[in-house]
Amino acid sequence: MTEMTGIINGKKKDNPIWKTEIQAAADSIRLRVFGHVMKNNGGYLSQACSSAELFAALYMRIMHLGPSSTPLIPHPFMGVPGPANPNFFNGGDYNGPKAPGLDRFIFSPAHYALVLYAALIEVGRLAPEGLEMFNKDGTTLEMIGAEHSPGVATTTGSLAQALSQAGGIALGRRLKGESGRVFVLMSDGEFQEGQTWEAVQALSYYKLDNVIVYADVNQQQCDGPMTDVMNIEPLTSRLESFGARVFAVDGHDIDALVEPAELAPDGRPTFVLAYTDPTRGIPLMNDRRPVLHYLRFKDGAERTRYDEAYTAMLKQDIKKRQHLRQMRLHLEAFEKLTSNGSETHG
Amino acid sequence: MVEIVKRPHVENFIRWAADKPRVVVLSADLTNSCEVAKWRDTYPDRFFSLGMAEQNLMGFAAGLAREGFEPYIHTFAVFIYRRPYDQLAMSIAYPNLPVRFMGFLPGITTPGGVTHQAIEDVSIMRATPNMTVLETGDATEVESVLDVAHSIDGPVYVRFLRGEIPRLFPKDEPMRLNHARVLRRGTELAVLSAGICTEETMRATDVLSSQGLSISHLHISTHKPFNDPQVLEAISNARYGVITMENHTIIGGLGSATAELMAEEGVGKRLIRIGLQDTYAHGASQHYLMKEYGLDAISLVRAAEKLTAQPFNITEEDLAGVRLQATHSDAKAEAL
Ligand SMILES: Cc1ncc(C[n+]2csc(CCOP(=O)(O)OP(=O)(O)O)c2C)c(N)n1
Ligand SMILES: [Mg+2]
Repeated sequence: MTEMTGIINGKKKDNPIWKTEIQAAADSIRLRVFGHVMKNNGGYLSQACSSAELFAALYMRIMHLGPSSTPLIPHPFMGVPGPANPNFFNGGDYNGPKAPGLDRFIFSPAHYALVLYAALIEVGRLAPEGLEMFNKDGTTLEMIGAEHSPGVATTTGSLAQALSQAGGIALGRRLKGESGRVFVLMSDGEFQEGQTWEAVQALSYYKLDNVIVYADVNQQQCDGPMTDVMNIEPLTSRLESFGARVFAVDGHDIDALVEPAELAPDGRPTFVLAYTDPTRGIPLMNDRRPVLHYLRFKDGAERTRYDEAYTAMLKQDIKKRQHLRQMRLHLEAFEKLTSNGSETHG
Repeated sequence: MVEIVKRPHVENFIRWAADKPRVVVLSADLTNSCEVAKWRDTYPDRFFSLGMAEQNLMGFAAGLAREGFEPYIHTFAVFIYRRPYDQLAMSIAYPNLPVRFMGFLPGITTPGGVTHQAIEDVSIMRATPNMTVLETGDATEVESVLDVAHSIDGPVYVRFLRGEIPRLFPKDEPMRLNHARVLRRGTELAVLSAGICTEETMRATDVLSSQGLSISHLHISTHKPFNDPQVLEAISNARYGVITMENHTIIGGLGSATAELMAEEGVGKRLIRIGLQDTYAHGASQHYLMKEYGLDAISLVRAAEKLTAQPFNITEEDLAGVRLQATHSDAKAEAL
């Protein structure tokens, strides 16, 4: 965990290996999700393949979040919200304090919860051991997150309800004169719901340019490829015609993900459509096409193939970590050298 | 040992629909999860994927019904009555159109959390004029509810079971509209249960009656209409009172319907409603949640003790072994 502390709170522009760090975190997110899916004998794996870079880039570079004061090992489930329950705890607190200058993160596709939990681990907001609670009775680390789950601020497992709530939050923040922005992570299936379009309509009507949506356009949903279920394309021009500022990017390209968030606001809500590969990093998943939504092994032989792929990925990961550690050491040595140098010259 | 039937809807619905060309299926991106993937592949011309867009789905179902088709909407129960309720009420229920709502994963049977738990669906559907409300409790009912729904001139909401389902009732005793199944007759206590609660209830009534308590146990598969004379008879005969048990909030479902019936018929008896006590739930296994919210056999024993004011020496161990379903059993197409 300690080696990650330097990048807990987002930006570190001066760090010349920031992109390598984000990629390494994305790789770890994928690996960790893969591990838990194997342990559970099934689960939401394609979502980690498609969105690992998205989560890593959001948490490590794009969003400005404060440090979280929430427990690294989450509390057990402490009841649903209500007047009789003073113990209710909002999972959004894992994203740091609500301060005027800080950003907010609204996580919409609740079935991506495991990817979110894995991302929180990469940025030191959740302990790796905390994930042992995943999908266990009586914990908050539900398979489909709700607003008691770490990192989850709104209850949005009935999909396409988050964007409107983010709109309300953004409006409220503007009324209060707050400079922090509201980031929303969405899945592409959510663009089939009418409510999404009602939200875009209102965001642009109220010129809520403090809202930035990152959508994982993996072109997949429960029944399979979206084009076989209900087409949503052309998404860019549809959103533009609703008054949004849209960037369609390669969702595995960290620069491309980061750039739109660095632009000055222009009066329009921003949508970054991250086109992704739902098998990225685990090419074995391609054998399962056309339906990738939820991995459930067909038989023992398939499970064995995934076990092997997982083991191979683990080995590679060890090598990658060694390499990264070396890079960090070199960097430290170089920084020491240059700062010493400036002292003598000064 | 009860027989466990794996995914009975898959083949049964295909067979059943073979000679009914006006039966069409509408899906909202949960085709596999609602056990109609094979139906889609068998009758591709009668299957329509509407995507994850439930409000629009209701309108399409209404339009098809107006044109003489009989739409069978297949999605999770929760996505039928929460988001698209206005469309359901005004486009379908008001004009009394023959749309069949197959609501999967009712109550706390879902592996999803609060957003996937249909806990007030019976209440809302009961309150919807023209709506008939059914609930399946075993494989026989999953197979025979199609005939019941099909026979009704108007919209029908069904709480549907999927995956590995026990066969509690003989295959040749199909579900009948507004007709309770009398599982046990007695004079001291009346127990009414629906859906998955019936299996649980049977465990408790077995042990209680072996200790000398005389119980009537009725399985309810029609929530609306709710005027089966057998129900009133059982309630009237129960010396100590009535217990209802439902996989649902106690407000507006079976417990409420029973209370309404008792008040209207002037049956002055005590009533204990077992169910979710006006609370949302959270995501966990069905077994865990049934225990946490008191939807289990032991809760029924405690309720019986309360009504009869006599302690029964019954522990959890005395109640027949609980049938656990593996999280990823073969019978499940997807976890969700
Ligand atoms: C309102 C609503 N309808 C249906 C569902 C069931 N559901 C869960 S995930 C999902 C697919 C949504 O598409 P997407 O998030 O793009 O799927 P993925 O890329 O993860 O496969 C559906 C239909 C839901 N959660 N909410
Ligand atoms: Mg998708």
